[in-house]
Formats: sequence, structure tokens, C-alpha cells
Amino acid sequence: MTKKQLSDLVVKYLFQIAASMTVLIVALIFLFLFKESIPFVRDLGLGALFDVRWEPVSYVKERFGIYPLFLGSLSVTFLATIIAIPFGVIGAVYISEIATPLEREIFKPFVELLAGIPSVVLGFFGMVVLAPIVKAVFHLSSGLNALTGALLLALMAIPTIISISEDALKSVPMSYKQASLALGANKLETIWRVTVPAALSGIIAAIMLGMGRVIGETMTVLMVTGNAPIPTLNPFESVRTMTATIAAEMGEVAFGSVHYSSLFWVGIILLIATFILNMIAQRVLKNYKRRPHG
Amino acid sequence: MKKSLITIVGAACLTAVMGLSPVFAGDTLQVKGSDTLVHLSSSWAEKFMEKKPASEVAITGGGSGTGISALLNGTADLANASRKMKDLEKDKIKSQGFEPVEFIVAKDGIGVIVHPSNPINQLNMNQIKQIFTGQVNNWKKYGGPKAKILLYTRDSSSGTFAFFQKRVLKEKDYSVRARRLASNSAIVESVSKDVNAIGYVGLGYVAEAGDRVKALKVREGDGPAVSPTQETVKNDTYPISRGLQVYSKGQPKGLAKEFVDYMLSAEGQQIVNDRGFVAVQ
Repeated sequence: MTKKQLSDLVVKYLFQIAASMTVLIVALIFLFLFKESIPFVRDLGLGALFDVRWEPVSYVKERFGIYPLFLGSLSVTFLATIIAIPFGVIGAVYISEIATPLEREIFKPFVELLAGIPSVVLGFFGMVVLAPIVKAVFHLSSGLNALTGALLLALMAIPTIISISEDALKSVPMSYKQASLALGANKLETIWRVTVPAALSGIIAAIMLGMGRVIGETMTVLMVTGNAPIPTLNPFESVRTMTATIAAEMGEVAFGSVHYSSLFWVGIILLIATFILNMIAQRVLKNYKRRPHG
Repeated sequence: MKKSLITIVGAACLTAVMGLSPVFAGDTLQVKGSDTLVHLSSSWAEKFMEKKPASEVAITGGGSGTGISALLNGTADLANASRKMKDLEKDKIKSQGFEPVEFIVAKDGIGVIVHPSNPINQLNMNQIKQIFTGQVNNWKKYGGPKAKILLYTRDSSSGTFAFFQKRVLKEKDYSVRARRLASNSAIVESVSKDVNAIGYVGLGYVAEAGDRVKALKVREGDGPAVSPTQETVKNDTYPISRGLQVYSKGQPKGLAKEFVDYMLSAEGQQIVNDRGFVAVQ
């Protein structure tokens, strides 16, 4: 083997190691989660996770039902997505199809800036500014509820939805639009009847990825949702999400206890939920890319 | 040429590391645990290091559980805890061949706070229990306005949460509707904004909040109604008070012993009072 061949081989392996690192890390995380969650199954059995109450610190009976937490994550995520879709999609349409180059130069950095705001800052803003407003507008007893959380999370999802939807809209072939305009449709009709439908699967993938960001978000929801584990879908009630539960309880829990191990189950369920969401988004995105254009 | 550059860079790094870490110069002590105790502990460490400049005391928060598990796996020499060590944790220390040793280094009272406009000034322990367990959910029942009570508690991870549950709720569960906030300050902030709210915070926070919230007088049974102050916590007339603990694995030795002795000294206990907690001696 010549020196050149040898160095080629070494470089190849180095690259392979670098590439397989992520796979290895994901596998290790899964392994770790399952290892730490086993004591719970041994002590209480898997059935205890299907309880309807989350009452991990109790002198009466410790209860580890993930149901209210799951419902909390679900309602906040769903609400945030509903709020983010119109702003995200219409914003993307405007930036990609209607805005002048100058406007685009202004909008795009701001969208990126919004994406970069640390979640703890948003949470603080939510607690001090948004919660009192929500309380006053809806005549509630407290502004710390699912709606306030969802409004803030929508702010986080919007930049994701805008940037990916914009890419999708941009890649709609010019010939589609030209054909539509040539047939006598005006600009707005072309956008809504031709461009948006052609980019639809890309837009759906954008929304799914936005949801992925929302469901995993921790700090903001911990600060503004009130964290009461009430099993409800009412947006004006306080909710406790899965992420907030892990963040809030991991610090003080006795290491190796059933409670400790139950938090890993919450983590596993969260991981599976985001995994499914990402998989659907990837599939939609792939279908969209495979489809022949123009 | 290349070699000399590496030597220079290496030497520079080494000096930087040595310059930045006085750790190598003397003893170092790791203290980890409760967020309630972290400020008080830092004040102790600051004064302690002024007296013994060669030593280094590092204080970290993270929670009572975090501190105790750090004590277990040897990354901390002392653990701060706002709750008593659990049996499970004691057993783990014993299985390593050590006895857990507890020092009560300060006392803390828990004030029950409401909005300043609330006409109610005092409640007895049973009434507070009924409010926080959700059995009573309207202020009217206790002579207040006809309005729903808005409950705030600390999160279940907090040592204060567990203590209040044991002492006041008599081991019953909190109402599921109680909103759970991450810190004492968040509870003060929320109660000061909601006219129908009730919550509980440590003594230091009651004093700091001033007129923004009202601390209720608390009655035990038929006893007198007592306001939460340093005085009433110290002489045990205020019913909701607890000890704050420092734990070590076996009897503390060397620097750890000196630091514990310092906490319990007259000077250390003066710092306790200055920080809004209550001295034990």
C-alpha cells in the first residue's frame, strides 16, 4: 500500500467516525433513559404510569400518572400551532412572493432575531407583561395558564415556519406562476391557487418542525403555565407540561427513588412524541422533494 | 521554530491555569445543595475565606436532592438541605460505610401571604389546611369577600413544599388546582398582583416584600394569633417553622469541620440573622 492510499484510508475512517458520532450519541441517550427508568417498572409496574393524577410527593399515596402531563403538553402545543400557522404561513407568502427586495432585507434578519431570543427571556417577558394582559382581557383569576404559554411558544414556532415555508414557496417553478398569469389570473389568485398549493407539502413539513420545537420547549412553559397538573384541555386553566415537570423536579428528587425513575419515563414519552413528529415531517418533506417539477 | 512556538504556548497555558485557580494553592471544600440556603451559604463562605485566605470554599445550588446525591458520590464534602434527609438517602450513605451527620445551622419560618387588600388578617392551622387542600375554595367561608381562592404553592421539588405539606396539610395532598411556581420571588410577585390569591414563602421574602403582600397571623388550635417574625420563629411561638440542615458523610474533618464550626459560631449565626433567617443559638 502506498503512502497515499494509506492516508486516504485514514481520512476515510476519521470521517466515518465523525459521521457515526450522532448515531452513537442518540443510541447512548436511549440506552441511558431506559436504564434509569427500569427501577420504576420493577417497583410499581408500568400500569402506574396510566394513573390520572401526577402526585409524586405525597404522604397519602404517591401517584405517577403521566396523563395530565401529556394532556398539558398536547394542549399547549396544539394551541401554539393554531396561533402560529396563520402568522407563519402568511408571513412566508408575503416575504417570498410579495415583498420588495428592500422589505425582504428588513424582514429576514428580524425573523432570525426572533428565532434567537433565549426562551428564559421570553418566559420572563410572558410572566411580567403577557400574563397580566391575558388575565385582564379574558377576566380570569390568573394569567398563568395554557393560553399564555401557547402565545409565547407560537412566537418561537413562527420563525421556523416562516423560513422553511419560504424555501418551499421559492422552489415552486417560475413556469407555474407564468402559466397562471398568462391564463389571466391576477397576482393574488396565482399565489393562493397555484404557488401555495404547489408548496403545500413543504409548508406542512414546516409546521410539523415548528411543532417539534414547541413540544420540547421547557423554560417558557415552566415560567408561565402555572404548572398545576390538572387533566384538562381548557386553555384558561393552568397546565403542567412534560418538559416543565422534568425540569422542575429533577433538582430535588432523591437520587435512585421511584420518583427519579418516573421522570425518565416522562422523558421517554416526550422523546417518542418528538421522534414521531419529526419522522412525519421528514416523510412529508421527502415526498415534496421527490415530486417532479415544471 | 515550530517546536519553540509550542513550548511558548504551552508555558503560557500553564501559567494561565495556575494563575486562575487558587485551588492548587490550598485546601478546597465543595458545598452543594438547597437553593433556599445558597445565598446564606455564600455569605458564610465569603467571610470564612477572608479569615482563612489559603482555603477555598465553593458553594453550588441545584436543590437539596442534588446536594445529597453529590455527597453520596463524593463530588461534594457537605450538602445543604432545606428538607430532612430521606431514609432511602440515609441507607445509601450507610451502605458506603458512613453515618450521615446532620447539623441544624439556621431556622426559617414560612409566612402565609395574601394580597394587601384582603380583609382577612388571621387564620388557624386547620383553616389554612382546608384552603390548600381545596376543601374550602371561597374566601366567604372565612369572612372574606365572595370570591374564589387562587392558590399558589411552590413546586413539588422544593423542600418548602414538602415541609408545608407535612406541617400544615398534615400529610394530605395539595389541591390539584394549586398553581405551582418555581421560586419564592415568583410567589410574592403573583400574590401581590392577584386580589384573591394566597401563597407561602420563607421569612426573608416576607420581610423583603414589605407592603406588596400581607403576611397572615397564624393560630395553632385555640392559641394566640402570631405574626411571622424572626422573634416569633426563634422562641417557637410561630407555628410554621423549620430547621435548615447541612449534612456530611461521617463526622466532618479538616476544612469541612472548620466551616461547620464557623456556621454555628456567634459570627456565623449573626450572618444568619442578617440574611433574614433565624439563628439557632
